[in-house]
Amino acid sequence: MTTVLKIEDVHKTFKTGFIPKKIKILQGISLTVEEGEIFGYLGPNGAGKTTTLKCILGLLFPEKGKIEIFGYPHLHLKAKERVGFLPENPYFYDYLTASEFLRFYSYLFSQKKRKEKIDNLLSLVGLEKSADLQLRKFSRGMLQRIGLAQAILHDPSLLLLDEPLGGLDPLGRKELRDIIVRLKQEGKTVFLSSHILQDIEMICDSVAIIVNGQIINQGVLRDLISEKILFTEITLSGISPKELEISGECVSDQGGMILLKVFDEENVDKVLELVHSREGKIHSLIPRTETLEDLFVEMVKQR
Amino acid sequence: MKIQAIALNTFKETIRDRILFLLLFFAAVFIVFSRLLALLTVGDRVKIIKDVGLSSISLFGVLMAILMGTGLVYKEIDKKTIYTLLSKPIHRYQFILGKFFGLVLTLSLMLLLMSLVYLIVVFLHTFQIEWKMLIAIFFIFVELLLITSVAILFSCFSTPILSSVFSLSFYLIGHVSWGLETLIQKVKPGFGKTLAQIFYTFLPDLENFNFKTEIVHDLPIPSNIYSFSLLYGIFYTLFMLVLAMLIFRRRDFI
Repeated sequence: MTTVLKIEDVHKTFKTGFIPKKIKILQGISLTVEEGEIFGYLGPNGAGKTTTLKCILGLLFPEKGKIEIFGYPHLHLKAKERVGFLPENPYFYDYLTASEFLRFYSYLFSQKKRKEKIDNLLSLVGLEKSADLQLRKFSRGMLQRIGLAQAILHDPSLLLLDEPLGGLDPLGRKELRDIIVRLKQEGKTVFLSSHILQDIEMICDSVAIIVNGQIINQGVLRDLISEKILFTEITLSGISPKELEISGECVSDQGGMILLKVFDEENVDKVLELVHSREGKIHSLIPRTETLEDLFVEMVKQR
Repeated sequence: MKIQAIALNTFKETIRDRILFLLLFFAAVFIVFSRLLALLTVGDRVKIIKDVGLSSISLFGVLMAILMGTGLVYKEIDKKTIYTLLSKPIHRYQFILGKFFGLVLTLSLMLLLMSLVYLIVVFLHTFQIEWKMLIAIFFIFVELLLITSVAILFSCFSTPILSSVFSLSFYLIGHVSWGLETLIQKVKPGFGKTLAQIFYTFLPDLENFNFKTEIVHDLPIPSNIYSFSLLYGIFYTLFMLVLAMLIFRRRDFI
């Protein structure tokens, strides 16, 4: 596999206040992103995710460290030509219409067949009907989609997406997730920063977790999360919660519908037998393996 | 191509700004009403119309350059539109030049419209097209180039209000600094004279672009003055733009 993005020991400090006080934002970030993968960059708010992205894009200058994109120094135009970026909050020129906005960016890449390309892009992100609408009239979801359109306008090999799913409704999130997966299928590499763990878990191949400006864990997602069953969630009815206390933890009891958390597989059998003997009913039984959220919460707590 | 794209986008941005048309409206009102002023003043009415008209073009042009220019770079940073723009394969100097040329394009159009109104007003009084006036207007344009570059320079590191104050101060100082030249001639050699000479070297002398009186009153102008003023304007503008590019080159966008 080819390394698409390589970050080595990047440090970034900000100075704030009248008497400048140094705040270390990035403290020796190192990571590599391989070709064709969706790389999830996870971290709580203020961990340094956006700062890392800004350093990659040359919007911030790190004090120390090296960043390479496709083997080129990150500020090299040949590197930038192959990168598409969608910022966290989609701030664009609101006085332009959607097609004017894309046309403007297409001129920065000296593209040919502009109109055809812009029309295709607008239909890809589902904005073909809003082509002549000014961006100031766009909803948040529409802005996110036009943002993605500008990021993929020049057919980049590496996409940097900063919190692309934040602030979107469930439908919008699904649509954007589908587009990201489709881009991966087309051979693009996606670097996705987010704190929405379910989305990362659903679509990412590798992840890196950043806390307080340091990467505390990184690797292939399936290697990081163990498949061991942590507990089983059983929803049942027709039995008294007191009888179940020995086998598991009763999480809720609403109108006789009990949600039970059972930590041992042997206890699961016991509960099933008990329900059967009392002629109760099992509504659902869900074994819970470790999730990215568990891993993330554990790691953040450790720091 | 990239500078051109940014310039065209800047042109679109500025041309859709309502304040520009408000200033253009007032400029037209001033030029047209110079006739009223001429009626109330003793002297050659046509000359007063010509003089007030040119001054209006200059004043409103400068106001447009300052009010638009000081917000250009700052707005991109404040609204974070610069994030996506600079992530594209462009150099930061191309961004500054694009912004500069975009605003210059807008100002040229505004100057053209104001000049048109002015020439029509003058034509209604003299019944001839006074092409000579275009020389004075051309040097107003050179002055606007310089003011635009100054406004963009301040816009690179300061808020629009502060940048406007700085740019306006630059404009005002530029129009009174010629007094230092007289001072240098009158003061005896010594510390005071050296200080005045230093100030005069570094402070702008925008009176170099002021040919209004000479042209309106048909006064003789040495031919080499035009080329000196033009070169002075070009080099000072370039100096300001280079300074803006240097400041912008290593700026962090937090």
